[in-house]
Amino acid sequence: MAVRGLSKLERREAIDGYLFIMPWLIGFVLWVAGPMLASIVLSFMEWDLFSPPEWVGAANFVQLGKTDLVWKSLWNTAYYTFLSVPLTLMVALGTAMMLNLPLRGQSAFRTFFYLPAVMPAVANAVLWFWILNPDVGLANALLRMLGLPESQWLWSPTSSKPTFVLMSLWGIGNTMVIFLAGLQGIPQSLYDAAEIDGANGWDRFRAVTLPMLSPVILFNMVLGIIGSFQIFTNAFLMTNGGPQHSTLFTVLYLYRLGFEQFKMGFASALAWLLFAIILVFTLVQLRLSDAWVYYEGGEG
Amino acid sequence: MASNVTSQAQSLASSQAHRQRRRKSARFYIRRLIQYAAMTALSIVFMVPLVWIISSSLKTQGQVFAYPPVWIPDPIMWSNYVEALTRAPLLRWLWNTTFITVLAIVGNVLSSSMVAFGFARLRFPGKRPLFILLLSTMMLPQVVTLIPRFIMFKWWGWMDTPWPMIIPTFFGGGAFNIFLVRQFYLTIPKDFDEAARIDGASNWAIWWRILVPLSRPVLIAIGIFSFVFHWNDFMNPLIFLFSEKNKTLALGLRAFINPTDASWHISMAASMYLVIPITILFFVGQRYFIRGVVMTGIAGR
Repeated sequence: MAVRGLSKLERREAIDGYLFIMPWLIGFVLWVAGPMLASIVLSFMEWDLFSPPEWVGAANFVQLGKTDLVWKSLWNTAYYTFLSVPLTLMVALGTAMMLNLPLRGQSAFRTFFYLPAVMPAVANAVLWFWILNPDVGLANALLRMLGLPESQWLWSPTSSKPTFVLMSLWGIGNTMVIFLAGLQGIPQSLYDAAEIDGANGWDRFRAVTLPMLSPVILFNMVLGIIGSFQIFTNAFLMTNGGPQHSTLFTVLYLYRLGFEQFKMGFASALAWLLFAIILVFTLVQLRLSDAWVYYEGGEG
Repeated sequence: MASNVTSQAQSLASSQAHRQRRRKSARFYIRRLIQYAAMTALSIVFMVPLVWIISSSLKTQGQVFAYPPVWIPDPIMWSNYVEALTRAPLLRWLWNTTFITVLAIVGNVLSSSMVAFGFARLRFPGKRPLFILLLSTMMLPQVVTLIPRFIMFKWWGWMDTPWPMIIPTFFGGGAFNIFLVRQFYLTIPKDFDEAARIDGASNWAIWWRILVPLSRPVLIAIGIFSFVFHWNDFMNPLIFLFSEKNKTLALGLRAFINPTDASWHISMAASMYLVIPITILFFVGQRYFIRGVVMTGIAGR
């Protein structure tokens, strides 16, 4: 390695450097890079874990295109993601701005807004499953008391996905706190200058808050989309894909293919398809971000 | 006369200003009132699920189904919590969860602080590309590695053991965590290291004796992150654990989501065994926790 061209002291430092990062390097090879390569190879094979694997070329990918449930699951996932992420960002930014007001007791409010985000998914599922029960649940009871029309929530193909979106709004804690930190980092002098120029509240939001916050918005959006594309636990626990496959999200379908039907090759092909889609979305967002994200000091 | 007019004008102006200030302050108070009302309403919306789970876990079965909904249980059924224990081996699952969580915290904290030291303090060829590689794994969707990891742990004979959840934490401890600790290390002046180095301390001693004690806040933050993740984790236990006695509490609670079983008050009480510890931890450690979340946000810049 390049360690040769270094002085004795530098070489000792370099060796220590490699030793310090060695745990990560081993972990990266064993559980990130290795599995990624393995899943490419697997996606060209047919294998049920019991009989020997068989090389089938691109057959799994051809099969992906021909399987209706693959498209259905991708549509469900995209529907959920493109409804949930913008709503989450807006609600999180709105609550963060309220938390940024000079009010007493803000740290208590912050705790209340954040708390649902640390609740275990399975406890949430137990709870929501019951709150949303169309006959005896709290949600319909409250609607009935207010004289509003009741909903079938998770138990109808038209309302099941919007219900998942609605539930995702309780978990905005992380996004909200990151926005709040971003807001607190905007210098007051910018707002003062805007006010002298006669800017009203909305102008100040548009001309100061949004541009100054744009790197944080990008960060939350990229991670939000990556996370939403992988929605699994809630759907697995509460609807298991139903009714009529309306909540069969891609990772849930992948779980069934891999861990219930033991189609390791086909499931790997689906994993790579999903990975490719997420990667494209991430790269497109990063590319487009040049047009709307403002970096102070001009460096990225 | 002239002076009289001036003083009149002055007093008029001053009283106008005074009235304006008072009007402004009235508007100010109304706005504050609306803000507080909105914050309180939002707090209620966010807290309703938690309040409902606590209240239902203490109800009789009759009150669970009552319409209009009952918020304060009467009588308070502490016995639901005992009853829940007879339905499933909750304490055994609680122990399994604790075992995994504690060891995983040790792994994450130890490993990420060690790797972070390498990236923050030592020079070696290839450091920059390796660090960029590390950062890019933050954006890697976990799902793409899922099936090979399953096959690998099956080969190693680790199925139905806690090791697939624990051992990987000792190898890197998560890209986010490494990044957080590295950022923290960069804020600690290098003079400390240099002074120790002159006294003959090795890099290992500098890391363990100087940087680790100085970085307690960030290590606590990632410890809490790790607690929340492993305590709540559902997917990994689902894939790697299957026998009843080895399940974690999160995985085992799945049995309590059952549309045909009407004893929801017992399901809620069972869930509380998972919810109570994490809620306590959150209230105790939220200062570190929220500061940690804020630091991950800085990764975006």
